[in-house]
This record gives sequence, C-alpha cells and structure tokens, in this order.
Amino acid sequence: MRDQRIDKSMIQRIVLTLATLTVAITMTACSHAMMMVHGTGAKRPAASEFGLGPRSSAHGRYVATLESAKPLHPRQMQTVRVTVRDADGRAIDEAQISVDGGMPQHGHGLPTRPRVTRNLGDGMYEIEGVRFNMGGWWEFKLAIAGPGGADTVTFNLNL
Amino acid sequence: MTNRILSAAVLTLLATIATVTASGRDGWTSAQLDELRSMSLEELEALPRDPTNRVADDPRAADLGRRLFFDTRLSSNGRVACSTCHQPDRAFQDGTALATGVGTTARRTMPIMGMARSPFLFWDGRKDSLWAQALGPLESPVEHGGTRAQYAHMVADSYARDYEQVFGALPDLSRVPRSAGPVADPEAASAWNELSSAQRDDVTRVFVNIGKAIAAYERRIEFGTSRFDKYVAALASGEPRQSILTDDEVAGLRLFIGRANCTQCHNGPLFTSNEFHNTGVAPRPELAMDHGRLTGARAVLSDEFNCRSQWSDAHARCSELEFIVTGEHTLDRAYKVPSLRNVAERAPYMDAGQFATLAEVLDHYNRAPAAATGHSELRPLRLKPVELRQLEAFLRTLSGPIPLSERASARRTQ
Repeated sequence: MRDQRIDKSMIQRIVLTLATLTVAITMTACSHAMMMVHGTGAKRPAASEFGLGPRSSAHGRYVATLESAKPLHPRQMQTVRVTVRDADGRAIDEAQISVDGGMPQHGHGLPTRPRVTRNLGDGMYEIEGVRFNMGGWWEFKLAIAGPGGADTVTFNLNL
Repeated sequence: MTNRILSAAVLTLLATIATVTASGRDGWTSAQLDELRSMSLEELEALPRDPTNRVADDPRAADLGRRLFFDTRLSSNGRVACSTCHQPDRAFQDGTALATGVGTTARRTMPIMGMARSPFLFWDGRKDSLWAQALGPLESPVEHGGTRAQYAHMVADSYARDYEQVFGALPDLSRVPRSAGPVADPEAASAWNELSSAQRDDVTRVFVNIGKAIAAYERRIEFGTSRFDKYVAALASGEPRQSILTDDEVAGLRLFIGRANCTQCHNGPLFTSNEFHNTGVAPRPELAMDHGRLTGARAVLSDEFNCRSQWSDAHARCSELEFIVTGEHTLDRAYKVPSLRNVAERAPYMDAGQFATLAEVLDHYNRAPAAATGHSELRPLRLKPVELRQLEAFLRTLSGPIPLSERASARRTQ
C-alpha cells in the first residue's frame, strides 16, 4: 500500500518535471522565432487570423471567401476565386473588386497586378495574375464596391 | 487505472520533448528545415513548357541551336558567337564587368542556367522568352553586330538541311541583300526598308527560328547538385552531415535564412524569386543612366518578339504580360534577382559588374547605401565581420557542376 503511494508521488514528480521542461523548451524556441529582426516592425497576426476565410470586411458590409484549386505556392502565377456575400449571407453579384496586397514585414507589394477577370455568378469572381514572390506572411486585400457600399477585406495568407 | 493514465501522460510528454529536440537537428527548427528543403535542387519542378516556342523540346532543334550557339559567323566580324560571352567552361558567363562582343555593352553577362524558368529575361526583363532574348544580342551593334538578313543567308548556306528538318522549307532569299535589318547601321537599315513586307517577313521568320533553336538548346542548361543540396538531403535522411558543411558554412546558412534577410529575394530551389528590385547599387559613372526594370517593363510590352507577337507560337493568353507591373516608382533602377547557385564561380557581380568579389557584395548589403535614383529596398544588416565571412562561406557551398556545359566543352575540344 505504502509502496504504491511512493510510486504515485514519484510519477507525479516526473510528470511535473517533464511538463516544466517541455514548456521551457517550447518557450525558448518561440522567443527565438519572435526575436527575428523584421524590417518594418509589423507584427504577424495570430494563427486564427490566417486562411482563405470566410472573412468579414473592415466595416462588416461583406463576407468574402477565397478558393484556390491548388494550394497557393510561391513564385507561380495562380488563379483564385472569391465569393462575396453580404452580412446576411446573400450573394453579391454586381461587385466591383480590385486587388492589392503585399508583405507587411518587408514593406513591398505584390509583384504582379492581379485583377478580376470573370464574374462567375452567385457572388463568385475569378482573380487571375496572382503571384507571391516568397514564402511567409502575405496580405491579400480586396477593395469591394457593391450595393452595400465600399469596403475592404484583408486576408492573411501564409505561403 | 491511475497508473495507466500517468504513464500515458509521461509517454506523451516524452514524445513532445523528442519532437522538439529532433526538430533542432543541427539546431534547425522544423519550420527552418521546411525552408531549407524548399531551397534544395530536389524541389525544382519539371521544366515548364514554353508555349511560345513549338520546337522548345525538339531534340533536333536543340542540336541545331547548340551549333548556332558556338558559331561565330553569327556576327558582323565573324568573331563573336553566343559562347563568346556565355562560355560553357565558365558557367556560361565571361568573368568581366561589361560584356564585350564587337563592342562593349553597358551590362554584365548573365548566366544561362535555369533561365528557361524565368518569366522575364535580361537584367531589366525586357524580353519574355528565351528565344526572344537570344535575338536581342544578335542585332545589337555592340554584341554580335550583324543583321537578320545576314543570319538568314548564313543559315540557308550552312544549315539548310537541319533547319528544314525542324522548321520546314527555307524561303527564297535570292533577292534579299546579304546585309539588311532594322538596326542602327544606316546602310543595313535602308536596305531593310527597301524590301517588301513579304520579304521582310521571310527573313524575320528565319531569324526568329534561329532564336527558337538556340532557346531549345539553352533551356536544357540547368544547375547541378551543390554541397548545400547534399547537406539538406542528409538532414532529411538523418545521415551524418558534419562532413558536408563546416560550422562556419552552417552559421552562414543560418544568417542567410535569418537576420541577413537574403531569402526575401533569393528563395526557392534556384535562390531567386525572378523579380526585380532596387538594391542601391551605384550606376557606373561612365555609362548613361540606366533605369532598369522601369524601362524594361515598358520595352517587353512593345517588343517585336514578345508572347503576343505574330512570331510567338502561343495560342493561349500571355499572362506575364497581362498582369505585369509597369510605371511604378519601385521599378526605377530595379534589376532582376539573379540565382545564387554557382555564384562564387562568376565574379564580378551586379548589373554592370560593380563589385569584384563576394565580400564587396556582402559589404554593400551590410551598409545598404541609398540609391542613385529610385529607392533602395535594403536596410543596413549590421552584421559583424565574422558573420559576413560566414555568409560568404555559405554562398560558396552553392556551387555545383553544370552537366550540359561539360558535354558542350567536350564536344568542342573533340
């Protein structure tokens, strides 16, 4: 009975030590990454802010979702699709969309001038000429002018 | 039961620790290992098709192109071939600051390896295919110095059978003068203007096909495996890697993908984004002011031989031209990012050979001086001398054999 108690407390101590070690190692690795010097001082958003959406526009007028047939890849010319809906989920078919973007940490824009080349209906638009010239955090910004007014939506993409 | 839960917890923690420490192989985190892998030659994708050149992958065209590449009759003085500046035994460059053909150019010779993967050619990207690029120097008064009529006659005289096997019948050139073309030389230009438009098209078609054959040869010239690639392969397989790169070279690689910001432009398996940047390299005072990509982007849109031209075989759209950035201030004195593979083998550096050594290049990036015109994208790196030496040591690990160059030189000496 007594032996078993010792066993348990020993295991608990081992678990605690290992947990502390894990946290310490992880923190060292992370702080190293955070210490990397970035030219513009722009802070990379949280992981939850990344992805193809759905993403609300700055003033909440629209919700946009990106789609790409293949995973986005650096250095290649690519085509993506975007679906635009209003806050109530209704498809926006007559939107004027312009594309911008860049790397906030490096202070440069997109290497090409992508633009909407087709209105596919049901709130979906094709954007051609998309290229990212390196891996890392990119902003992909859509300026949307539709029946609900003008608004912008910014996607954070990790290439 | 409690014991089982506890031992499961211990195992999970041990596994976590194992992952964290294993990802630090040679000190690399798993994200860094991914980045290193993305720069390995093994990650290079299959050579993309060139829809503008229907003979791009025809071995007969490549063979004709190889012979034309070394043929000095493609010049006004019979002494300049493509290989005069693009020397196979010197990584397809000439080791001089400003290239010399029949005269002296205003630019440094660019190497050919991997160029088939670049959407734009030349330091300012004023051409959008390998074949269109090859035609530029042929008519430049300071490079090959000849005319397209002269070259068409030369091909008809010396390569008729091989040419016709690839491209079909040669046109009748009997009424075309030996020298004529839209060039600076007034006599050749006036002879060109006297030709009918059908004659001009006949000559231009042969001229274009010379470019397409040379491109079919050039697109096979690629980089070989370097010590860096062997190191990345060893990291992935868990083989011993100490003997592949020294501590200094690994330290240099760490700076390269870290504080030195090199991968901002020099990324991917060819260590280039193929884009254009102003890095504040001073122009040569003796040369006319050169605005780099600002001029090149406009030039490629109006180029006689671009993807949209009647000479291109592309039936689909030309997306590189359709989505090109033009007229931006950022393009002023922006130049193409060269590959860093084999970089140690091809001093001097930059668009006009401004730097004699890699150490001078690294010193420039470390100081980041302001640009003469436009705006330099560099910011001072503030690296210590030892770190600059480590970066240079790493750059020297990027050299590898150039398979086709060895075969080309062997053939020449036969």
